[in-house]
Amino acid sequence: MSSPKTERRFVGKSVPRKEGRDKVTGAARYVDDIRFPEMLYGATVRTTSPRGRIKEIIFGENVPWDEFTIVTAKDIPGENYVALILNDQPYLVEEFFNHTEEPVLLLAHEDKFLVEKARRSIRFEIEEFSPVFTIEDSVNKREIIWGEDNVFKSFLVDKGNVDEVWESADVIVEGEYLTGAQEQLYIENNGMIAIANHEDGVTVWGSMQCPYYVHKALIKLFNLPEEKVRVVQTETGGGFGGKEEYPSMIAGHAALLSWKSGRPVKIIYDRAEDMAATTKRHPSHTRHRTAVSRDGKLLGMEIDFTVDGGAYATLSAVVLSRGTIHAAGPYLCPNVRIRSRAVATNAPPHGAFRGFGAPQSIFGLERHMDKIAKTLGLSPEEFRRRNFIQEGQTTATQQVIHEKVDLSGLMDRAFELSGYNEKREKFAEQNKSSRLKKGIGFASFMHGAGFTGSGEKYLESVVGAEATEQGNVRILAASTEIGQGTNTIFGQIASEALGIDYNLIEVAKPDTSNVPNSGPTVASRTCMIVGKLVESAALGLKQTLVGSGFLKDSGYTSEDFSNACRAYIEKHGALKSFSKYQQPEGINWDDEHYRGDAYGAYAWAVYVAEVTVDPTVYEAHVDDFVAVQEVGRVINPVLATGQIEGGVAQGIGYTLYENVVWRDGRMANNQMTNYIIPTSADIPPIRVFFAENPYAYGPAGAKGIGELPMDGAAPAILSAIENATGVSINHIPLVPESLMEELETETI
Amino acid sequence: MRAYLPDYELRVPKDLEEALAFLANEPGMWKPFAGGTDLMVLLEAGKLEHTKFFSVWNLAELRGIEVTDESVTLGALTTYTEVRRNSILQEEFPMLCVAARETGGIAIQNRGTIGGNIVNASPAADSPPALLAYDAELELLSSKGARKIPYKDFHTGYKQMKLRDDELLTGIRLPRTTKSLRHYYRKVGTRKAQAISKVCFAGVAKIEDESVADVRIALGSVAPIVLRCEKTEAVLRGKSVDERTISAARAALINEIAPIDDIRSTAKYRLRVAANLLEDFLKTVRDGELN
Repeated sequence: MSSPKTERRFVGKSVPRKEGRDKVTGAARYVDDIRFPEMLYGATVRTTSPRGRIKEIIFGENVPWDEFTIVTAKDIPGENYVALILNDQPYLVEEFFNHTEEPVLLLAHEDKFLVEKARRSIRFEIEEFSPVFTIEDSVNKREIIWGEDNVFKSFLVDKGNVDEVWESADVIVEGEYLTGAQEQLYIENNGMIAIANHEDGVTVWGSMQCPYYVHKALIKLFNLPEEKVRVVQTETGGGFGGKEEYPSMIAGHAALLSWKSGRPVKIIYDRAEDMAATTKRHPSHTRHRTAVSRDGKLLGMEIDFTVDGGAYATLSAVVLSRGTIHAAGPYLCPNVRIRSRAVATNAPPHGAFRGFGAPQSIFGLERHMDKIAKTLGLSPEEFRRRNFIQEGQTTATQQVIHEKVDLSGLMDRAFELSGYNEKREKFAEQNKSSRLKKGIGFASFMHGAGFTGSGEKYLESVVGAEATEQGNVRILAASTEIGQGTNTIFGQIASEALGIDYNLIEVAKPDTSNVPNSGPTVASRTCMIVGKLVESAALGLKQTLVGSGFLKDSGYTSEDFSNACRAYIEKHGALKSFSKYQQPEGINWDDEHYRGDAYGAYAWAVYVAEVTVDPTVYEAHVDDFVAVQEVGRVINPVLATGQIEGGVAQGIGYTLYENVVWRDGRMANNQMTNYIIPTSADIPPIRVFFAENPYAYGPAGAKGIGELPMDGAAPAILSAIENATGVSINHIPLVPESLMEELETETI
Repeated sequence: MRAYLPDYELRVPKDLEEALAFLANEPGMWKPFAGGTDLMVLLEAGKLEHTKFFSVWNLAELRGIEVTDESVTLGALTTYTEVRRNSILQEEFPMLCVAARETGGIAIQNRGTIGGNIVNASPAADSPPALLAYDAELELLSSKGARKIPYKDFHTGYKQMKLRDDELLTGIRLPRTTKSLRHYYRKVGTRKAQAISKVCFAGVAKIEDESVADVRIALGSVAPIVLRCEKTEAVLRGKSVDERTISAARAALINEIAPIDDIRSTAKYRLRVAANLLEDFLKTVRDGELN
């Protein structure tokens, strides 16, 4: 691990958040803080059963309907679909519907309480069709509810020839693994305000991750030229993927109401609507069949991975892709076949959520690795060590790992910090006599940063840097600050590249009329991919200043730089520099065969969890958590540590608490009282450690970290529970009711 | 906010007499609104069916904790915070203080009242099991006069109780007979804090010569009402706490309670955990691990 040649002034330092002061003082304005004169409040009337045909809409009595703006599918000026990948999801139901929360009508009125009363007064007369609610029923085509076979997308990854390994293998181990849905539960609910009319086009303001996704969707919905649609991100209180695709829906609805009423329209979801109607993590089902040699070498892996996409395709193909690529983990295996598919059910579409398919497939793999180790009579750590991928070896997609990867070293460090070996022994002794059972377990894994395969090449992201009249540098990007620290790390990267003070860097608010398309704020790409563009756009600005004689090439102060900016603007006018993504050389991806360099770089990690299981009430509590990872260079230690802590906490929720109760394809516990996320009383100390190994193509050597911490908690905790109780459990969420079923074989 | 506010009415009587007049003049029309910690949740969700309320929050007559040699009487408006901080309650009725501490968060504890917790009549309420185990008595008042009723006779079915349309709950009386008892309270929520009970167990016992001289057990979230388990108590009374007694008590409890599957848990889990907690209670009081 090389050390930097020059001393870094801003990268690697925990500088304050750019927008921190405004957030702390309450000056930050979220969408619900914004009001326009004459503004109306919008509401969405949704279907109430999972699948069928609307025969009639019955408007309630005692509502002054003539005061309302009412929008139906007939009012849509352009295309009635949310433009994304397959364009199968309508903005408004025309006749047939496929889940219980589909928008049918939009209402607007200046009294937001009355609009809610009106919404609740509407009834539908419906012809019901037979729905499908489970992966199994969908795969078995109990009903065909989407396309010809209920399958949104399928992938096949094939390495070596797995068919030839079974006969000669010493041991074959099979297993089945299940994961549930999960709600993102960002602090700020979804919301949008729109002003839309024939003269000016459509403008929306709101909470979102991806302004240009919303932009693209509104262009189609209104059939308008690009320049007639403007999307502005307001301060955003968290996303976790939950504001990746759904904001396009809400923005469209608000804009349709504004288009018809001629007035600004605000739509804010309350928590109950947000939880019931918007996307959640895809439930999954994984089957493993693995051939190993007696001495613990992986010989062949056959993996079958299925995710439940809900009623429409949305992003399921992409979630499936990431889940598929991560399904074989950070291990070397000469023969691998992964078959995967995303299938339809009559639930609201599942969507993006931190990790994006990888937490699901990694959960299955890591539980299965424990099972194989047990079958072989090896410790789970020794079995991993014998199979960890090394520099120069190939992944399941036959990507050659060109970076120095040392998972064994990460494991050593994680074990030392957590006291893993001593605790394994100590707990085994204590558990013989104590009522409470303690255990410790781990997971080892990786997470790819950036879009998969050729994704970044097709995105062609652009970032700009402009000099301001005040002598500052303003970064122009569509990448959103959603609480994770985008503004701050962009400021650090630019100030480091230019050698000027961090406070001289401004980050423009994402507004499609003002910033170029730097791509969506997803996929652990903002730091590694967009950050690199920030670095080169900033350097481009400097080159112009140097080239035009306003700045020395080196040895200048921040003040010199500001003066140079001002002088340039005075003489030549605006100064802007843009940088477009160039794929590093040597990245090759075969999309047809799903083969090649799946990601530019991976972050690597070993997480250790310690648990106590209480057999009186069947509760498992996480007592300690150690997260060790290699993420390239850390730009901002406080923010990076926060990302890991938050991801682990979310992972603990995913594992032990967060249980979406489905009733007829609808989330029945869509309130925070009954959808249980852990509080600080349920979360242990999370001890975070970074190993640094600078990545050549990342800004200052950084890779992506946003999603990584979501992957490790679930398998580590279930491994610890197995260590505590001796019972191997293969499904999450593992709420006490489920743990009881696993631990108690006799009925009461 | 899913409720349409103009549909609702909230009046503020100037004193207890006027409050009782609301109830007497239009029986069933007006309902008391105390801390609002249950009602506001329903209002927010658009599920508050009753629309006319009068606030009792400012009625000084319903506040305060009164102590005599025989009993401690809590005004119906005593908040969880007041319960938590009261030294006599901490000493003699510790389960009530634990229940108060484990109800909601700090804001809820500052606003929520014991009286409200009782008349909201949720089977998942956390204080009532402790009140039942302590043989609490309720004081009810109407413009016609006052009466008392043992708390164990108060709840009659899901959200049903022996409270006339013209009556107000004014106080909760706790007999000071707990000195020789061992107390065991355990709330099993969906997480460690800010949770609604899946099973809530409150038990007191007096152990003499290794056998059960007295025992009172009550559970929440295992029946349509918070339940005093007198049949299970009968199985235990006079017995020594051995495996056979524990087994018989578990069987009695399972017959006495009637849990259901709901959004938070399953009947199966509640049955088993209730029995496990009973066993843990018996072993704990036998072995003297708790006060």
